[in-house]
Amino acid sequence: MLLRHTTPKEIERKALTINPAKTCQPIGAMYAAFGIHGCLPHSHGSQGCCAYHRSALTRHFKEPIVASTSSFSEGSSVFGGSANLLQSIDTIFSVYDPEVIAVHTTCLSETIGDDLTQIVSKADEDGKIPAGKKVIYCNTPSYVGSHITGYANQVAAMVKFFSTATPKKRNVVNLVAGWMEPSDMGEIKRLASVMEARTLMFPDMTGVLDTPLTGKYEMYPKGGCTTEQLKTTGDSKFTIGLGEYSTNTACVALENKCKVKFEMTDIPIGLKATDRFITALSRHANVPVPDSITEERGRLIDLIADNQKYFYGKRVALFGDPDTLIPLCEFLVSMDMRPVYVVSGTPGKPFEERLKTILKDIPEAKFKGGDLADMFRMHQWIKQEPVDLLIGNTYGKYIARDEDLPFIRYGFPIADRAGHNFFPKTGYVGATNLAIQILNAIFDHMDRTCAEEKFEFQL
Amino acid sequence: MENKVLNVDLSTAREELIEIYPKKVGKKRSKSIVVADPNNIPEIQANVRTIPGIITQRGCTYAGCKGVVLGPTRDIINITHGPIGCGYYSWLTRRNQTRPGESEENFITYSFSTDMQDSNIVFGGEEKLKQAIREAYELFHPKAIAVFSTCPVGLIGDDVHRVALQMKEEIGNGINIFGFSCEGYRGVSQSAGHHIANNQLFRHLIGNDDTVTATHKFRINVLGEYNIGGDAFAIDTLFEKCGIQIVATMSGNSTIEQFETAHTADLSLVMCHRSINYVAEMLETSFGIPWMKANFIGADACAKSLRKVGKYFGDAELIARIEAVIAEEMVPVIAAREKARLKTNGKTAMLFVGGSRAHHYQELFDELGITTLCAGYEFGHRDDYEGRRVIPSIHIDADSRNIEQISVKRDPERYNPRKTEEELKELEAEGLEFNQYDGMMAEMKKGSLVIDDLSHYEMEKLIEKYHPDVFCAGVKEKYCVQKMGIPLKQLHNYDSGGPYASFEGAVNFYKDIEQIACCSIWKEMKAPWESEEYVEAVYAAV
Repeated sequence: MLLRHTTPKEIERKALTINPAKTCQPIGAMYAAFGIHGCLPHSHGSQGCCAYHRSALTRHFKEPIVASTSSFSEGSSVFGGSANLLQSIDTIFSVYDPEVIAVHTTCLSETIGDDLTQIVSKADEDGKIPAGKKVIYCNTPSYVGSHITGYANQVAAMVKFFSTATPKKRNVVNLVAGWMEPSDMGEIKRLASVMEARTLMFPDMTGVLDTPLTGKYEMYPKGGCTTEQLKTTGDSKFTIGLGEYSTNTACVALENKCKVKFEMTDIPIGLKATDRFITALSRHANVPVPDSITEERGRLIDLIADNQKYFYGKRVALFGDPDTLIPLCEFLVSMDMRPVYVVSGTPGKPFEERLKTILKDIPEAKFKGGDLADMFRMHQWIKQEPVDLLIGNTYGKYIARDEDLPFIRYGFPIADRAGHNFFPKTGYVGATNLAIQILNAIFDHMDRTCAEEKFEFQL
Repeated sequence: MENKVLNVDLSTAREELIEIYPKKVGKKRSKSIVVADPNNIPEIQANVRTIPGIITQRGCTYAGCKGVVLGPTRDIINITHGPIGCGYYSWLTRRNQTRPGESEENFITYSFSTDMQDSNIVFGGEEKLKQAIREAYELFHPKAIAVFSTCPVGLIGDDVHRVALQMKEEIGNGINIFGFSCEGYRGVSQSAGHHIANNQLFRHLIGNDDTVTATHKFRINVLGEYNIGGDAFAIDTLFEKCGIQIVATMSGNSTIEQFETAHTADLSLVMCHRSINYVAEMLETSFGIPWMKANFIGADACAKSLRKVGKYFGDAELIARIEAVIAEEMVPVIAAREKARLKTNGKTAMLFVGGSRAHHYQELFDELGITTLCAGYEFGHRDDYEGRRVIPSIHIDADSRNIEQISVKRDPERYNPRKTEEELKELEAEGLEFNQYDGMMAEMKKGSLVIDDLSHYEMEKLIEKYHPDVFCAGVKEKYCVQKMGIPLKQLHNYDSGGPYASFEGAVNFYKDIEQIACCSIWKEMKAPWESEEYVEAVYAAV
């Protein structure tokens, strides 16, 4: 047994997190920064954080993840890291020439209280920021929230440093992308373009973290939202935020700064969340929903109807990030599956509130967000009363093997499979992909474990 | 077949690599880039602070301590005291394999953290840490709990050592609890973490158990071997065949017991000099166990290391058995090598790995007829490059001065020199070297390039200019290099392969490098319509 010490018996825990269902802020800020064209993320702290974040993102995307760090020494930890950041800015622009440096912090620089505003103005005064280039920043203390909070802070910084309201309004709807895969962003943009809606997505990692291999390494690939585009978000007529945890801060900031009104929707995962997204986009962009999208929806319904008996009543355990888990649980419920155990390490009220509504007809469901909502706890629940399916990131494979469960990799990080950055799980097409993955996992498990006489040629 | 190498002139590389840097940066970097000459080893700047913003490969002290040295031991509960990230990123990300018996403890698959929140930063985290230790004990009843400090812990003044001591008293039951001040900002790299780990291992574990379990007459330690991809398993098998007992491997596939009895062995072999030389020295000073540098990467190196052990024990029967094992093991090795060499001979490699592999793997590449053009460490010290002889002249600078240096004394009861002065002298006359390591540069070809703490820019430039056939580094570099059309072999995690140690590992490595050399996909980077013929066809059509 890989997790041989996990027993069904729970004790009351107040302090010890075991097998967390979250990680820390800066990695989210680093990820979001790749959604700006020509941007180099910069970690203001000691260099271990930056190495860890780059490695974790690389293992997930199998793509270059390049970021710089202030490389604090013990001296700078005591006297402040101003000199380190100033030198970093100078070195980065001389050597790597990005359009934008997006600085985030770590628990180190946050604890000592480095003032980024002051340091960056000093760099500007000293002429270390070349004309037309920009250094933006956000505070991402690792001891608050999770990687999702860091992502949200970085996206809000895009608004803070770029979004500008001019008298010239544009008939464009901003799509603020929550934490999802570049393939998911690509799918949402495709839907918008099929609807002929004028949209502007930020951050946008398509074309940045799914680049072709050509023999030439591009440090700044052609994708990403340009700084010019980011500026115009202040002139858009409306904003749709996809994922409350990861985009609400930015949407509020944009409304306050540029008076662009917004609606918060879920990341369009599954049937109903996609329905709501399409409806919202159709209304705010003032475009009809074309038949081709209705057909995509119909194909999803068809697949679910055909396989209803395999979904019906299946107990599912899930762990991951709230903006993903909320629509995902709703999708499972819409297929009559039963998400019975759900944990997310990310703190915040909406998660438990939304799940309470979504899971209201599943009285046995247990869910927990925030402090000590970890995978150890979820595994203990599984030991108490087993499930039929597990959905989560790669760390779930240890539980799946011990408990012999069908397992779907979903979320971040997926370090042990390829291609998840190619196939979307958003929109009706993504929901279809997801439903097929669920069926395949269940079928594979049935075929592997059933009695020989029950081994079926057709299912 | 070495023509290709002779054609590569690296003499101007340094100037080209530093040209782009701001003046001060360039000046500093130039001291870390030297041209190798085994007969006249140049001085290299190493183990100095990283230049901010340069895009380094380096990690931190916590990674060196918790991630590298303590991570592989399966029956200690390692609690990260800090916000969640550090514990999360060091959770199962290094491939230290472990093979516990069915009823044995194994906590390697778990990540334990105090998950510090802002209130812990403001009011201190000691109480939460104590509670976490209580809960860990209540849930798992382990033999030992170790606590690892992260960046904020040192700043807010949490004393993990005091907490450990208090909890050891509170829980009782003989549980061993100890802490590590391995905050990420200490020192300049992972290296400080190794040193801190070594000190605490010696203080809290090594020598705790005087039981001698002698299954074989010859008993040794293998130090600085972390069982990545099963390397230590392969080494274990090999020594078992030779009739030599490994008392402790530090720390691949290890248990607390191995640390506690390590002082009962009669010889230490040091694989990764950088990470464990401190323990090797302390075992010698305190208990009289000599150490020798060994290398089990590469079949020839492996045979050489085994013969050194035979010579050390000076037992005719053992020496005969070692020769028999080498002869037997070399049969498949030579077959695999000859097959691979048809594809690999004459190719070139560059190696930029941690603190030891950039040296060790040159042996394997030599065996494949592949020349190492450039090599360097992330966090090696001058002795890893130039040899331990330069240690007296190494200046410990301000950034590393605060890393605790512990001095151990001869153990009054248990010090027992395994060899007399005269015996050691005789063995030295026969070619053995004790407590010595000659460093990477002694074995590098004249004219090859050595770079410490390689930056992302320097990496790009080297590849662009010198087109190695294979580049060796880690996961952060892998996909950048491969976008350039050059295969990257990860020498930290072996790209999920391995073992690469021992004779068995050499065969695996030959096959993997042959695969890299033969892989077809690199020929397909250009779409057919991008080639010249198609362009001409377009002109013709116009």
